[in-house]
Amino acid sequence: MIKKNTPKERRIILKHADDPKYSNKISCYLKNDGYAMLKKAFKMKPEEIGEEVLKSGVRGRGGAGFPAGMKWKFLDRKSGKPIYLICNADESEPGTFKDRQIMHKDPHQLIEGMMITAYAIQAKQAFIYIRAEFFEGARILEKAIAEAKEKNFCGDKILGSSFSCDLVVHRGAGAYICGEETGLIESLEGKRPNPRIKPPYFPAVLGLYQCPTIVNNVETLCNVKHILEIGGEEFSKIGKPNNTGTRIWCVSGQVKKPGYYEFECGALTLGEMIYDICGGLLPGRTLKAIIPGGSSSKILRADERFIGKLKDGTEFDWGIEDIPLDFDGPASVGSMSGSGGIIVMDDTVDMVEAMANINAFYAHESCGQCTPCREGSLWMKKITTRMCAGDAREEDADLLLSVANQIEGRTICAFGEAAAWPTQSFIAKFRSEFEGKAQNGKNKPTLQLI
Amino acid sequence: MELSKETHTKIDEVIPRYPEKRSAALMVIHLIQDELGFISDDTCTWIADKLELQPINIKELITFYPMLRESPWAKKHIRVCRTLPCALRGSYGTCKVLEEKLGVKESHVREDGEFSIEFMECLADCGEGPVVMVGEETYENIEGKNAVKFADLLVQGKLGTSKNFTSYESALVSESPVSKSTKKK
Repeated sequence: MIKKNTPKERRIILKHADDPKYSNKISCYLKNDGYAMLKKAFKMKPEEIGEEVLKSGVRGRGGAGFPAGMKWKFLDRKSGKPIYLICNADESEPGTFKDRQIMHKDPHQLIEGMMITAYAIQAKQAFIYIRAEFFEGARILEKAIAEAKEKNFCGDKILGSSFSCDLVVHRGAGAYICGEETGLIESLEGKRPNPRIKPPYFPAVLGLYQCPTIVNNVETLCNVKHILEIGGEEFSKIGKPNNTGTRIWCVSGQVKKPGYYEFECGALTLGEMIYDICGGLLPGRTLKAIIPGGSSSKILRADERFIGKLKDGTEFDWGIEDIPLDFDGPASVGSMSGSGGIIVMDDTVDMVEAMANINAFYAHESCGQCTPCREGSLWMKKITTRMCAGDAREEDADLLLSVANQIEGRTICAFGEAAAWPTQSFIAKFRSEFEGKAQNGKNKPTLQLI
Repeated sequence: MELSKETHTKIDEVIPRYPEKRSAALMVIHLIQDELGFISDDTCTWIADKLELQPINIKELITFYPMLRESPWAKKHIRVCRTLPCALRGSYGTCKVLEEKLGVKESHVREDGEFSIEFMECLADCGEGPVVMVGEETYENIEGKNAVKFADLLVQGKLGTSKNFTSYESALVSESPVSKSTKKK
């Protein structure tokens, strides 16, 4: 096989992050043209910034991939109620660790992106909702905000203008559901984070305190700064149509060099990521499966053929290694790029154990509001854990599938799908392993996952 | 409920950050839990009064959020990531080593109140798993032999602090008593 040139990272968001001379202090940020785009923004009309973001085509980096400019357009500006901006820094989708890098290493980039966004949507109050396990991250952000306030990049009368926006760091308390934007809003209101039903509670109309609210992911908000710098039109040429900009992919699991890598959307395939960038699998192992976009996304089997048609009509016939890494690639093979968390599994992994591990996560994290999810996630955990304990039954695969199918589409928020998709896809792709457990359930695998 | 003056000041500083008092609930709970280690029923009532709420409005948070406590963890609380990416790199083994070496079961507090272990859901550092936190410090790649060394140092009280993003190996070098004494010479 002739080896192509290894694709090169293109770092926009993480440009400075791993430079040993770079620090998270404001002095360092300013030396690298920090807050220049905020100054530029204040010379523009707020709606002009929104237009640039719309033109850029930038899609949300939190998981759903919804175009950010469109989200901003939905904002109810006629109600006369105050507008709020919230940065979703709850980063808790298993396999994802990109926002951690940004907040720890380049917090001012996020603050600048947020203040530009706040000005664009005319929000007078902004919050960063950060997961409580990020003790260090919260401290770094608090310090950075104090520095930014001192230099008048944030807070009262920003850059001497008439526009003020306060920025507050708010810590969660260990619940995954707070990453769901309406759950996050409930949590920020001081309540249990039970997600709200949409409609009518679209945050852009009825968000925080029933006021219009924009909730964007850390990486998305950082992109706003770069859209202003590059220009919406030019930004839209980075990556591919409908998949613009760069993405920070997080690779974990059984590869030689796991880590975070920023590439233009569509610049490389899943195979190039695993073998060229991450150094391939551990010695003597072969690839078994990949979860391409955080644990909620559907699993892909290493020996599958993916045949279908892209949105633009082009036909494809891919192996797992040929799937392009962008938003549409994983989606076109029935999964999703989600939050960019690529989890790699090799031939040592027992798929029923991996399933049980994931099910334990969702059973722990369901908020309990909707019966199908609260009960179903628990049952899926119970069944798969029992299967791993040597008590598997012939009918378990069908039983699991029936539980998962009764969760999907029957819950207030997308957690139901997030809990059901892993089970549905694991059984679709690895049914024989689930059925095999009933015959040789006593064979304990070497790697313990539950 | 006895709270230090410092915590009182912080609480009074944090509440006006929010347009509505109730929003400050989690932050106030964090501040108190940081000092007292847990939130008792009396504390719930105190916080509720402070935020003009009913005690149940605070109690329902304590019983929902995994990191809020009705009883304290130990002096040294160890969090081990359990979720798939860390598990694929051996975090179940890491947890077992820690349980044995520290003499306490996961989700329990050792009788002398010295150590407690908690198996956590994804700590968002999957590229460097297995991830273990000691208090607020993060330690990465704690697996296999590393896990044994890590647990030994922890028991001996010689673990030292590790900044985020330094690997476990380099944390060991900079903190090990041997390298320090050689530097002095």
